[in-house]
Amino acid sequence: MLQINNLHANVGDKPILKGLTLSLNAGEIHAVMGPNGAGKSTLGYVLSGRPGYEVTEGSVTFNGQDLLALEPHERAAAGLFLGFQYPVEIPGVSNVQFLREALNAQRKYRGEAPLTGGEFLKVAREQAGALGMDMEMLKRPVNVGFSGGEKKRNEMVQMGIIDPALAILDETDSGLDIDALRTVGDGINRIMRKPDKAVLLITHYQRLLDYVKPDFVHVLDGGRITRTGGAELALELERDGYKELAA
Amino acid sequence: MTVLPTRHDEAWRYSDIDALARAWPLPAPESIIVPADGTFARTIIQDGGTIHQLDIAIGKGATAAIHVLNIGGEYGRVELNVTLHEKADFKLGAVQIGGGTQTLEVITTVTHAEPGATSSQIVRSVLAGTATGTYLGKVAVARDAQQTDSVQSVKAMLLDRSATANAKPELEIYADDVKCAHGCAIGELDAMGLFYLQARGITPAEAKKLMLQAFVAGVFEGAANEEALTEAALAKLGDLV
Repeated sequence: MLQINNLHANVGDKPILKGLTLSLNAGEIHAVMGPNGAGKSTLGYVLSGRPGYEVTEGSVTFNGQDLLALEPHERAAAGLFLGFQYPVEIPGVSNVQFLREALNAQRKYRGEAPLTGGEFLKVAREQAGALGMDMEMLKRPVNVGFSGGEKKRNEMVQMGIIDPALAILDETDSGLDIDALRTVGDGINRIMRKPDKAVLLITHYQRLLDYVKPDFVHVLDGGRITRTGGAELALELERDGYKELAA
Repeated sequence: MTVLPTRHDEAWRYSDIDALARAWPLPAPESIIVPADGTFARTIIQDGGTIHQLDIAIGKGATAAIHVLNIGGEYGRVELNVTLHEKADFKLGAVQIGGGTQTLEVITTVTHAEPGATSSQIVRSVLAGTATGTYLGKVAVARDAQQTDSVQSVKAMLLDRSATANAKPELEIYADDVKCAHGCAIGELDAMGLFYLQARGITPAEAKKLMLQAFVAGVFEGAANEEALTEAALAKLGDLV
């Protein structure tokens, strides 16, 4: 589904990714772990096309398409979803309006008919309910006044509504208490653990992986993947730390 | 005024004097007198490059609400000269949206002549290209006008670095028991917000429009034709992004 080949990327003039190669197949959940500053968030931003993140070398193919040639909104319509580490507050724009426009923009891009207000609300209510989010919160401006945990939960509601083929979740577990972590973990499994979908979980800690069991764990350090293993690699990292592993 | 103003006049400092000269001489300002305990409401849609000058005297306990959408022509100007008597209330909600080489202005002088009057001015400008949007707003509080409560909230959004916004709330206060709040902000659309919307599939133009819609939201609240005003504003925003 996703092939990243020898990816180099700069933020400003600073090289962050230095030859990253990674491949995800449909039906797989991959975790990318690594120390601060290794380039984990940069990877998420580069794949979703954030301005200012410049690819200098390498290629990324998503379902046979050259991902890097697409604009951010086209990548979303093609089925890529980025769960933000710090979801953005957008005063004055309600969640409901935002999500309906987002979903219908994607449908339009794919040549599908837009959902009516009623159809959309049905989907929104289902997803919000499954993640324990009050419909009243969906009517409020996007992320404004939400706690850290509510923002992350809102990311999952969005993922459920948009129903992407590939989710890149950037530290979706940070800022969550134990109950919220379980809710978010269950959400990821319910929405994304399907034979035609894939997930790239970017995380510092093993704890989310207790709920969402990865098929592969990669260590990202110094802008490249330095080690790949199964779920047991995460436990090893938790025990020994990144330093030990690098030595 | 028989002589064409120059940019040395503070009230015409940012104006498009060439465009003004074509409209000169201006007719006398429209004079509106709101009687004691009366109510007055007016919507001004400036869509043809015209200059509107209103003198409004608001009687004791009376209210006046003006809503302005300033969007059209090379040079558009809405000038309000308001005098508030005892416990009168004045509300202004103005949106100006300009692109290309447009010059758009909202100029107000609000005089609290007697005690206990309230005034509120909300002005939002969205500017692209090399357009210029100006708000000059003077609030004058007379010596006896105690318990005056006045608010000015002025914000401008620049869509291009080549656009210009001028904002000058000005206070002249001779009473000692008053509240005169004023705030001014000029900024650009939040880049992270735009990326967030696009990352969810919204096109760049729609993302900008959505954020600008939020920026001007609420200004027309209470206007009789709130919906039509909002729609016209959105259509103009759609042209700019």
